Amino acid sequence: MSNEAILHQHETGTHDVGHAHEHHHHETFITKYVFSQDHKMIAKQFLITGIVWAIIGGLFSVLFRLQLGYPESTFPWLEDFLGHWAKGGKLDPQFYYALVTMHGTVLVFFVLTAGLSGTFSNFLIPLQVGARDMASPFLNMLSYWFFFAASVVMFASLFVQTGPASGGWTIYPPLSALGEASEGSKIGMDLWLISMSLFIINALLGGLNYITTILNLRTKGMSMTRMPLTMWAFFFTAVLGVLSFPVLLSGCILLLFDRNLGTSFYLSDIVINGKILPNEGGSPILFQHLFWFLGHPEVYIIVLPAMGITSEVMSINSRKPIFGYMAMVGSLFAIASLSFMVWAHHMFVTGLNPFLGSFFVLLTLLIAVPSAIKVFNWLTTLWRGNIRFTPGMLFAIGFVSMFISGGLTGIFIGNSALDIHLHDTYFIIAHFHIVMGVAGFFGMFAGLYHWFPKMYGRYMNNTLAYIHFWVTMIGAYLIFWPMHYEGLAGMPRRYYDFSNWESFKMFAGLNQFISFVSIIVFAAQLLFVFNFFYSIFKGRKVTTLNPWGACSLEWSTPIRPGHGNWPGEIPEVHRWAYDYGKDGRDFIPQTEPVGEHESKH
Amino acid sequence: MNNYFLIAIGVMIFLLIFQIAKASEYVSILKGEEKSRKQTNRINGFFLVAFLILGLIGVWWCNHLYYGKTLFPQGSASLEGESIDTMMWITIAVCGVVFLITQILLFWFSFKYQESDKRKAYYFTHNDKLELLWTGVPAIVLTVLVVFGLKYWFKFTGDAPKDSQLIEVTGHQFDWEFRYPGKDGVFGRKNYKLTDAANRNPLGVDWNDEASHDDIHVTHIMHAVVGKPIKLIINSQDVIHDVGLPHFRMKMDAVPGIPTTLWFTPKWTTEEMKVRTGNPNFVYEISCDQICGKGHFGMKGIIIIETQQEFDKWIAGEKSEYYKAFLDIDPNPAPKTDSTVTDAKPVAQVTH
Repeated sequence: MSNEAILHQHETGTHDVGHAHEHHHHETFITKYVFSQDHKMIAKQFLITGIVWAIIGGLFSVLFRLQLGYPESTFPWLEDFLGHWAKGGKLDPQFYYALVTMHGTVLVFFVLTAGLSGTFSNFLIPLQVGARDMASPFLNMLSYWFFFAASVVMFASLFVQTGPASGGWTIYPPLSALGEASEGSKIGMDLWLISMSLFIINALLGGLNYITTILNLRTKGMSMTRMPLTMWAFFFTAVLGVLSFPVLLSGCILLLFDRNLGTSFYLSDIVINGKILPNEGGSPILFQHLFWFLGHPEVYIIVLPAMGITSEVMSINSRKPIFGYMAMVGSLFAIASLSFMVWAHHMFVTGLNPFLGSFFVLLTLLIAVPSAIKVFNWLTTLWRGNIRFTPGMLFAIGFVSMFISGGLTGIFIGNSALDIHLHDTYFIIAHFHIVMGVAGFFGMFAGLYHWFPKMYGRYMNNTLAYIHFWVTMIGAYLIFWPMHYEGLAGMPRRYYDFSNWESFKMFAGLNQFISFVSIIVFAAQLLFVFNFFYSIFKGRKVTTLNPWGACSLEWSTPIRPGHGNWPGEIPEVHRWAYDYGKDGRDFIPQTEPVGEHESKH
Repeated sequence: MNNYFLIAIGVMIFLLIFQIAKASEYVSILKGEEKSRKQTNRINGFFLVAFLILGLIGVWWCNHLYYGKTLFPQGSASLEGESIDTMMWITIAVCGVVFLITQILLFWFSFKYQESDKRKAYYFTHNDKLELLWTGVPAIVLTVLVVFGLKYWFKFTGDAPKDSQLIEVTGHQFDWEFRYPGKDGVFGRKNYKLTDAANRNPLGVDWNDEASHDDIHVTHIMHAVVGKPIKLIINSQDVIHDVGLPHFRMKMDAVPGIPTTLWFTPKWTTEEMKVRTGNPNFVYEISCDQICGKGHFGMKGIIIIETQQEFDKWIAGEKSEYYKAFLDIDPNPAPKTDSTVTDAKPVAQVTH
């Protein structure tokens, strides 16, 4: 028997299920794969664009980690790739800063915002609330193509002569406003601003669609409190995005004005390279307020979807209802609302009035309360479960571990008395990479491994998935845990070289270790990428409708649902999405009416 | 050639892993999917608890290796920084306990409640008492942290003591300038439009203000007196910089157009710190902590903390900026060399 035959021996007899839906209209290649209005295809477009960006953004970090870990060495092959940016095989400091900036921008916005909520909101919202598609499939398609346009502009900025933006992903003016201050603040910065403006349009179109769909297109019986927690998480994420992204847009446009039209929103009293600028009366701090009014909710835009996915995957694989459903919804709401009132904790050392700062300390540390509720509820969900360690479940457990580690360090830096010491050191790098970067990615991986069968009708390879998980989990801690110590020594972030600093040069060995591990972890991600694309075409086929034994609606669709999701009527919902292990039954799907003798909860 | 070899090895490892992964998939199908799934489940359950144990050992080991390199063992070099260190210890204690409890529960539960044919999952949807407990306790603990934090915060962000030594710090790409107010204790007025480095007025001082005539301006190295509060008035000429003072546990941005302030009281002289840290090359460094362009990582300033005597001697030898700018009207045209030039030399020479 050939290998393929072994793999697919179980599928005979189930073929009809996958093709049961009606082909209600003729689709060409263009309408099906390119300008598709099907939410599932748009989700895949977001996902694959996000994966491409993740590889690029991750590669940037490998390049600058080479410099940080091996400051004395040269890598002649770098010059072959990067030309004048790596003369003699050593990164130019200007390009180092460009890499740092683009790594942040790409991963925060293009991967963990578009790639995460773009993929899963699009894919899951209609499937889990029971809708044929988004409220406006056309706007949904536009949303992706604005993201694509933003990607093209950002990608183009990598190739301009003066290099891409290089003032850090937070692009604080005046550095980002004045071409004289930095090569990266020339045309590269304009392209960055244009790209981000297009990106914000994408986020708004998408977000409005998600909100409208969740509020209006739920199937019969699907009350708000019967929705899976993923839906609540995507809903709050979309609200956050719709309310905060426009503020960043205004900040970007004012910066474009300052750069190109001679206004002084952010500029005052500046002498640069001996040249006295005429601008007076502007405030660079204004930009920071505008930026962080988005920037802080942004980190929750990344982490809320990951929380939703984790809750769902964890409950399914523990074969137990999620503990404290209403508390989970309430804490999502609390986190989302508090996230609008804490932005100035990024600005404790800008000269912000200390009295004003104290309110931000209070509100920031308050976020720890709903976060603690979530963690304890996840722990209780595991307690007395019957846990299956699917790759998705392992990443969900990893998410909780990362969220605890990174969340606790937030208590340090949210307290202004400690932030004054730790601000802009490696402690900050460690904190947000663990709680937002790694945790965000873990949420994304949990979702991908879990819903891949629904997306492509095939499974991903489990062995590769387990290798991917364990290398990433161990590697992430090896990379970021020791960074806290560098931060406690005051070692500043965004330094190209520490060898001239009496106060920081003793960490050369550790920096080398971190760089080494990060290269291995990057390679493990390539393993995932390979597994993903290989499995789309060659993975083991899904042969049952509901491979994980889940209650939610998406598993009541055909194995490969067509446009419209359900071939016949949309099913009616009779219960919440978490009836696992109830009354001695493994699970009861949402579509099953409540029995007469069923126990209440 | 070497690179191609490395790439080839990388590709080989990749192919190897892939073949193993593929083969294991066939094996699991042949063996019976349910059986091999349960086997994998046990392996991963074991890995999770092993990860917990090795992870905790790793945490201890990491602390063992790197605690000595943090700033804790040498203590805060400023009086105000002591309260920051205290606050840090309180927070480490609280968060450390929470960290241990939650991480141990997470991995232990995962291991203990892994799938078993003998167990049925417990249908447990909510419990108001439990949820109230873990809302209330964190809220109380955090209140304590907020109260302590703000107490210290207001202490060192309040007004500087009246007898503080005033020093004006100006950042620009990529160095620091320092100005002392001279005998009158008042800085001369500045106007950025008067900045003219070619004519010996790099800070844009308005010479019409007589208070400027005794101001002293030095570059790169700042002197201050041990035990006496220092109040920094911080400016920037071009982009945002940041006066980072890790040993004093302090930090403040330098923002163009908006002066900021920071004060602290140094506890030990540079010489004393050389003994305390056991590092004969020790210097107090000012690191720029806000990205400011391609020279950001080299934007260093030096602070020399010394006794009052040493300081007096140093400042007596410095000529005022006004007389440096207008050599012809200097009443004491001492043959001393230009101090700004001397001071810009490498640190090792200046600190003996």
